Amino acid sequence: MFLINCPYCGERDQSEFTAGGEAHIVRPKQPTELSDDQWAEFLFMRKNIKGVQLERWNHAHGCRKWFNMARDTSNDRIHAVYKMGEKPPIK
Amino acid sequence: MSENLRITNNKFVDQTTRISFKFDGKILYGFKGDTLASALLANNIHLVGRSFKYHRPRGIMACGSEEPNAIVQVGNDASMTEPNTRATEIELYEGLEASSQNCWPSVNFDIGAVNNFFSPLIPAAFYYKTFMWPANFWKLYEYFIRKSAGLGKSPTEPDKDIYDHRYLHCDVLVVGGGVSGIMAAKTAAKNNLNTLLIDDKNILGGSTIYQKNECFKINNFYSNEWIKKEIETLNSLKNLIIKTRTSLAAYHSYNYLLARENLTDHLNLNERKNKIRQRLWKIRAKKVIIATGAMERPLIFNNNDRPGIILSSSIKKYIDYYGVKCGQKISLFTNNDSAYETAISLNNSGVNVNSVVDIRDKTNSLIVKQAEKLGIKIHWKSTVVNTSGYKKINSIEIMKLSDDGTAVVEKKIKEECDCLGIAGGWTPRVHLFTQSGGKLKFRDEDNVFLPDKSELDQISIGSCNGDFELDEIIRNSANSINKFLNLNNNDYENLEIISSKEIDKKNIWLLPSDKPLGKTKPFLDFQNDSTANDIKLALREGFKSIEHVKRYTTTGMATDQGKLSNMHALGIIAETAGVKMGELGTTTFRPPYTPLTFGAIVGRNVGEFFDITRRTPMHDWHVENKAKFENVGQWKRAWYYPIDNENMHEAVQRESKAARDSAGILDASTLGKIDIQGSDASEFLNRVYTNAWSKLEIGKCRYGLMLNEDGMVYDDGVTTRLSENHYLMTTTTGGAANVLSKLEDYLQTEWPELDVYLTSVTDHYGTVSICGPNSKKILSKIIPDLDLSDKDFPHMSFKNALIDNIKCRVMRISFTGEHSYEINIQSSYAKSVWEKCFEAGKEFNITPYGTETMHLLRAEKGFIIAGQDTDGTMTPVDLQMDWIISKKKYDFIGKRSLYRSDTIRKDRKQLVGLLTDDPKEILEEGAQIVAETNKQPIEMLGHVTSSYFSPNLNKSIALAIVKNGKKLKGQKLFVPMKNKTINVTITDTVFLDKENKRLNA
Amino acid sequence: MKNKYSIFSLIKNAFSYHENWQRAWRDPEPKNEYDAVIIGGGGHGLATAYYLAKKHNMSNIAVVEKGWIGGGNTGRNTTIIRSNYLWDASAGLYDHALKIWEGLSQELNYNVMFSQRGVMNLAHNLQDVRDLKRRTHANRLNNIDAVWLNTEEVKKFCPIINTSQDIRYPVLGGTLQRRAGTARHDAVAWGYARGADAMGVDIIQNCEVKGIKRNGDSVEGIETTKGFIKTKKIGVVAAGHSSVIANMVDLKLPLESKPLQALVSEPVKPIIDTVVMSNAVHAYVSQSDKGELVIGAGTDAYVSYTQRGSHDVVEGTLKAILELYPIFSRMKMLRQWGGIVDICPDASPIISKTHIKGLYFNCGWGTGGFKATPGSGDLFAHTIANDEPHKLNADFNINRFVSGDLVDEHGAAAVAH
Repeated sequence: MFLINCPYCGERDQSEFTAGGEAHIVRPKQPTELSDDQWAEFLFMRKNIKGVQLERWNHAHGCRKWFNMARDTSNDRIHAVYKMGEKPPIK
Repeated sequence: MSENLRITNNKFVDQTTRISFKFDGKILYGFKGDTLASALLANNIHLVGRSFKYHRPRGIMACGSEEPNAIVQVGNDASMTEPNTRATEIELYEGLEASSQNCWPSVNFDIGAVNNFFSPLIPAAFYYKTFMWPANFWKLYEYFIRKSAGLGKSPTEPDKDIYDHRYLHCDVLVVGGGVSGIMAAKTAAKNNLNTLLIDDKNILGGSTIYQKNECFKINNFYSNEWIKKEIETLNSLKNLIIKTRTSLAAYHSYNYLLARENLTDHLNLNERKNKIRQRLWKIRAKKVIIATGAMERPLIFNNNDRPGIILSSSIKKYIDYYGVKCGQKISLFTNNDSAYETAISLNNSGVNVNSVVDIRDKTNSLIVKQAEKLGIKIHWKSTVVNTSGYKKINSIEIMKLSDDGTAVVEKKIKEECDCLGIAGGWTPRVHLFTQSGGKLKFRDEDNVFLPDKSELDQISIGSCNGDFELDEIIRNSANSINKFLNLNNNDYENLEIISSKEIDKKNIWLLPSDKPLGKTKPFLDFQNDSTANDIKLALREGFKSIEHVKRYTTTGMATDQGKLSNMHALGIIAETAGVKMGELGTTTFRPPYTPLTFGAIVGRNVGEFFDITRRTPMHDWHVENKAKFENVGQWKRAWYYPIDNENMHEAVQRESKAARDSAGILDASTLGKIDIQGSDASEFLNRVYTNAWSKLEIGKCRYGLMLNEDGMVYDDGVTTRLSENHYLMTTTTGGAANVLSKLEDYLQTEWPELDVYLTSVTDHYGTVSICGPNSKKILSKIIPDLDLSDKDFPHMSFKNALIDNIKCRVMRISFTGEHSYEINIQSSYAKSVWEKCFEAGKEFNITPYGTETMHLLRAEKGFIIAGQDTDGTMTPVDLQMDWIISKKKYDFIGKRSLYRSDTIRKDRKQLVGLLTDDPKEILEEGAQIVAETNKQPIEMLGHVTSSYFSPNLNKSIALAIVKNGKKLKGQKLFVPMKNKTINVTITDTVFLDKENKRLNA
Repeated sequence: MKNKYSIFSLIKNAFSYHENWQRAWRDPEPKNEYDAVIIGGGGHGLATAYYLAKKHNMSNIAVVEKGWIGGGNTGRNTTIIRSNYLWDASAGLYDHALKIWEGLSQELNYNVMFSQRGVMNLAHNLQDVRDLKRRTHANRLNNIDAVWLNTEEVKKFCPIINTSQDIRYPVLGGTLQRRAGTARHDAVAWGYARGADAMGVDIIQNCEVKGIKRNGDSVEGIETTKGFIKTKKIGVVAAGHSSVIANMVDLKLPLESKPLQALVSEPVKPIIDTVVMSNAVHAYVSQSDKGELVIGAGTDAYVSYTQRGSHDVVEGTLKAILELYPIFSRMKMLRQWGGIVDICPDASPIISKTHIKGLYFNCGWGTGGFKATPGSGDLFAHTIANDEPHKLNADFNINRFVSGDLVDEHGAAAVAH
């Protein structure tokens, strides 16, 4: 059970949060211009990194804010949390 | 009871309070403070169970959670019985009934023991090699295997006990209340750190609390006296919570730990009523100090499993703590100094120690010298090669070890005994440390795995960290605690400590015998009956990894999870394979540390607390009016309202007809309601719905379809423009929460530039829906000053209104195709408005209808239900709802996916209407649809999604999705059921009032 | 040639104190070159190698495994085997596997303890009922033996289920596939390993793949911790680690690797004689031959390669178990553990070629791969040997995520165990 430092509320138990998958996959601004392949890349293809992954979390049972997290998926260590729109603090 | 097995000068067992209990039906007596095990031993009962595979007689072997043999069934009440409980951990109480397991007809005469005779035929994993012929006999073989497997019996009635959860946050958690744990708790709490100290025993002090020996003294006190004073000082510390009878079950990441507190299992049966049985503590600790001590290892030699063979340190606890002699003529067998402590304790209590068999050449430590001074006989450089006695040990055979320890030499000596203490050294309890993700290192000199690296803020101290000598424990623990907590506590400096130091160490994982290995039975895992021979067999057959050996031989997989067997298994593997133990590693220690009651894990979340029940404001009215309810998500929705003895079909037919003929009333409060405000609200709706919203006039309503980004229909509902920048969106009942979080997600992460605010108002408003040709008249009675003319208040529009001066919103929208209104009003008023409508409608025979009728009525109109007529694979085009896809909008969620090579196929499965040739025949929802019935394999074109008998059309109707359905209108198809085939025809999806005349009727 | 296992061989070996048993498989060092290399020594990988050797005459092949064979999801799952899937493609795939299961112990001369004591899926709300009936109708037309049971029939088949209509989510019925059941997971890996080894397949354990060597659009071999191995065909069957291998060739897969947990109780005498699954309240349970209740929990929603999940998921699962089986409240959890499951967006697997010549992927089995082991191995072997999918796995290609032609099993089961 992670202890997650919500950038808005502080440290809270994992059970208050929901995970939202890989971060920084920007929804294409002009989807109609994309090929089926490119659209599938956005829609389904994931890096699924073993190591430090940038990912989205939502403080669903708290402030309801989405934010980003840098977490090592090989040991679950959280390296950083940062707000939506901010640059990743590492890498 | 046999008086002569009890000594009297003992403070831990209250020999003035006698307790009666039953074991295997026989009434016995013990004392308050006993465990079942100590009471049985005091009654000279050693044989308590049979082993898993060979059904060999087995006795009590240990005194705590590591006990592999003495596991019993407690209680025989169908709801309160508990299987597989360790006799060494059951505190004796008045009314305890326990019985042996895995034996029939009795533990003394067990038919299954024939397995022992066949044991040469059933080595490790024999079952993979046989039972394959004839092929279809496996079922029969399996029946017998299953019957003979398993240990105790599951309860067969629901548990009557209650369980509880509590959360606890602390600065420091100390696990284990022995010397080092007490030092840690005291140091932390004294320095203003909020501290929790837990211990699985009923008192603190570990094994030191009964250690009274000249060789272990602190500041001139016996160690037991010293620790008693330390414990007393704990009581005055304000920042300290002490939980005894509390076992740390699991150590998860981020210092999240689970501990189970036993609250009633030690009480007399009549004292337990209405009390919580167990509490699971969910602990989040800033820092964790593990002080869980060490377990004594057995020794592995031929026939080392007989009743009466007990760990030496347990014999010591039984005599020094419980005042129970495990025998009258006890022999001890050791590879280290600790057996001498037992020998001295026994000697001091007047028990005759035959001899100590020590595999070491000779040693001169303080404690050994003391034992020699007391005249205790020692067989140096010797080993036990065999034991005798079927149901209880009666003798051992001793031989000298060769110089290299691999063989035995010289003459065999037979020694009679009624108990054999075995001391194989100590294994630090590193289980919690490894559960938390910590990595271990191996110390060669005494063959122990010790905590090494950890990601978490934790330390291990005391013997679980490899400090086995009293002076080491105190000095190293004091230093570690100070360093870890960043303190300068000096309570434990300058203590004068006497502690016998072990000088010589020797270890032989598998002790040699005078017989060939194949003819011996050196047990490793006593409960699962795996022997050293099994380990060697696995290695011989190519099972190289320790995990393979464990799984192949089942070593370490019994209810003790290999607490006593794992180290020897590793040792023998390492030795046989010629690998260093440090390189071999260990198997994974999986939580929980000791088996954890399901009830404790679940706590109070059972029965009505299994899940939240959401009820509408009008719920009580529905109950009073005999509604049947349907679960929709967490909601209870009125399903139908039977009158007298109506069944569901009859009720629904009546309700459906009434709604179309005159008036019906539906509780629509469960629909999700999302309040959307902000200057970009219209643009936001443009992006999330497939149709266009910018031009929707204020005061008008519009139906919207929401897709997933993959183009498939996700949810639908009517959204109303309340003012320029203010909308009220409705969603499906089950989809409400997900829709809101999906919208928030897009808003916050993809479109943060939009000025939009979303608020769930589902619970804030109750919704009364009245429909039917008389709905207008009814509404006008309730809100007389509201202009209900079609011109002023047309279909798909909304008005603010007042009912008894309470503000409400009235939408003229329809899910039934009838002239219909929805009144949204603050929840607290919703029931009274409902009653008002019902009262006003009485003259029109207003009929309450439930979800089933609602589904029927909308199906007559061909309206879909997202989730019933769609299944995550349907696009709006598939639903024949092309009209709802805006051609002008550049983008909306899911748009791009509608133009992929598969989604633009013309022959996808599409929503159609279906009529049966026989109008009385009602199709089964979920039934498959085919074009040809006699071709194999039959191609399934689609399935029936919704099906009803329509009282308004007097025929059955259905919605279905059918491959290429749009083009197949009028086509005859078949619905093949189990016993018959139903002929159907594809039709339009709208069955009733295609011209929508009724909306304005 | 391997000695045959039987009661006679057991008796014979008993006379020599079992000291003359053969190795079940060799422990070879890798050769310089193989005709094909399978990455991943779980059940699916070993089965793939077995069928490549057995049906496609490819004996110069190796299985490389970074740890010990069968140590991943093969050894961590709850061993449920069934084929009552909704879509034709899935039904075809899983029933193909089920048919092989039915003769597998004899085929491998290794008792995998395939126990056909039925799998029941429960319905707890009206939509469950529709979905399960739909699936049962589809199963019947696909000649899969699943039937619908009403609540009384459910109770009769498994009397310990709480079928009271007063509970929070009462049982409204269920489906039963009698041919379905469980098997002994370790034995599957070991049986295939022994069988493959006998035909010359090299099983190389403790050999981690570090890189894939490419020449343009073709593969040339793999870099491993035991050196470079040349090969023109690579079959990746790495389950939770599929993306790790794919990332070595800059290939992105539609996968997320998530923790999935399971647990067992202490062993008790037979109390539940079938497998019961409930998606709505999320509980599934069976009893092993050893007597342990085997209980599967759900997945966590985040990516993790730690083989550890959150306690909340375990608590939620046991909550559901006690809702359906209040008699188990005093039973005790003996062991809990986690695996890493690679999940596709449509909850169906990928058994496919890729755009890189000679590189094949078998992944995305999510929470339900064990049941497919023999079929998956057979079809993947066919795909690798012929460089073309078999008709039974044609629909499970990677390209479906581009075209949109998914095999969406969510419709019938929110979780496709």
